[in-house]
Amino acid sequence: MTSEEVRKSILDIIADIAPDEDLSGIQDEVKLRDQFDLDSMDFLDIVMELRKRFNLEVPEADYPQLVTMSSCVEYLTPRLKDHQPVG
Amino acid sequence: MPKNWLKGVNSAYDTIIIGSGLGGMTAGNLLAKLGHRVLILEHHYNFGGLATWFKRKGGHILDISLHGFPIGMIKTCRKYWSKEVADSIVRLKNIRFDNPQFSFGTTFDKEDFTQLMRDRFGVLRETVDDFFTTVRGMNFFDDLSMTTRDLFEKFFPGRNDIHRLLMEPITYANGSTLNDPAITYGIVFSNFMDKGVYTFKGGTDQLIKKMKKELKKNGVDVRNHCLVDKILIEDKVVKGVRVNGREIYSDAVLSNSNILSTINKLAGREHFSPGFLEEVSKVRLNDSSCQVYIGIRKGETIPNVGDLLFTSEEEEFTSEALLEPRTKSRTFSFYYPETRPGLNQYAIVSSTNARYSDWADLDETEYMRKKDELVKETLDCLEKYVPDVRSKIDHLEASTPTTFKRYTRHPGGVSFGTKFEGLKVSKDLPGQIAGLFHAGSVGIIMSGWLGAANYGVIVANEVDKFLRSVRKPEEKLEIVNV
Repeated sequence: MTSEEVRKSILDIIADIAPDEDLSGIQDEVKLRDQFDLDSMDFLDIVMELRKRFNLEVPEADYPQLVTMSSCVEYLTPRLKDHQPVG
Repeated sequence: MPKNWLKGVNSAYDTIIIGSGLGGMTAGNLLAKLGHRVLILEHHYNFGGLATWFKRKGGHILDISLHGFPIGMIKTCRKYWSKEVADSIVRLKNIRFDNPQFSFGTTFDKEDFTQLMRDRFGVLRETVDDFFTTVRGMNFFDDLSMTTRDLFEKFFPGRNDIHRLLMEPITYANGSTLNDPAITYGIVFSNFMDKGVYTFKGGTDQLIKKMKKELKKNGVDVRNHCLVDKILIEDKVVKGVRVNGREIYSDAVLSNSNILSTINKLAGREHFSPGFLEEVSKVRLNDSSCQVYIGIRKGETIPNVGDLLFTSEEEEFTSEALLEPRTKSRTFSFYYPETRPGLNQYAIVSSTNARYSDWADLDETEYMRKKDELVKETLDCLEKYVPDVRSKIDHLEASTPTTFKRYTRHPGGVSFGTKFEGLKVSKDLPGQIAGLFHAGSVGIIMSGWLGAANYGVIVANEVDKFLRSVRKPEEKLEIVNV
């Protein structure tokens, strides 16, 4: 996946986890938690979805890497480079 | 021949879950949705653990767990159960306090509490705001040496009335006291203050029915009357369980039983390291409960006196007084016909916190006498709010810590799991025995409706990770592609 496809995949995951949120105005540099009603359980869901969709394990020590959209993309792109996008 | 409750059960599963409390069921449902084969074994004839109910003659359905939880439960049910379960959650708007220090109704949210603390208790707005900001910001990694008492004394020194307002409902919700770490209070209290108190429309029986339907839809094998007496372990690796005299195999076992019985009885202490057992020995069980179940005769009505009523005749608030066998403090849960649409009947459940040791060693006569005394004192108290209630009752019974022990098999009949240190032991269990997990009421914050369900999710994530790590690559692929 390219970084743009990774970004799209993360958006898909967040849309599934928080269906009431309007993600159209997302700001990539602002903490996800500060833009949307996401709590620690939602972040756990993101981790579980990454494992389910891409067989990717995010160690607990790396959870802070998921704080903004741009940090997610930066962290995940090299780890997902051999994957095809999953719809 | 006794009935074979295990008829049709497979010889092996990915995960076997011992106990069907909210944590066990929520973990089971999530693991099944993630593609794992799950078996849930429950010893009781009902599912739900303490989220359960019973029926009695006269059309009565009586719920066990106090019917109030924070709004977070809606999100949790929607994500890990179904929209149908989440949509059955409704707000309880009339929470009442009545004690020698104050008497009023509240919607039990931040806005109303802020106003009450300013207008009724004369606290400065900025102190209230500062308090709310502090408790909202508390998290798991904070300093543990500060107790809830320290927290209250810092913001409201010497104000026993305010301490009562802030502490009493949470004590009934999860058994925490002024002596427990302040973070356990802050996390739970903030959850409630977010948007108030909620319950399931239709009652616990309907909730569990919906959850069971969902479990079956997702392929979970659920069985009751099935008592697990041993977790099978070889060379520090889980192999399965022994249940009703039969062995069933699995890569992972998730115990939703009490953490101490999981280690000491189901697994066996011989499998754990001395250092770990040292930690285990420090885990304090939390308290238990007494309840009085009051069924109002069909056709009779009672006035609306609130959904939850926290009542006390104690002049001052102490955590200890709530536990006394003849406590003058109790919570009444009122179930009006709207709670169970179609039933058109009223029920009231009184809850008090209690110590197992006060009830366990009584002889039969003394036990019955104390139970009668509990019922009588409960009705005397209730009559102040519902005049002439005795003439409207056609079912009355009481439960004590020994009743809770019989139905949950928890040591000490605990209804609130363990104190804070139990959480670490629960989380460290898989490090001792590969494939052994625990999700159940521990550490106060993982207690209550929301805490139990969310802890089930947190542990299910660990089980999923483990199961994927032990599978052969081709099996892994197969699951991923489904």
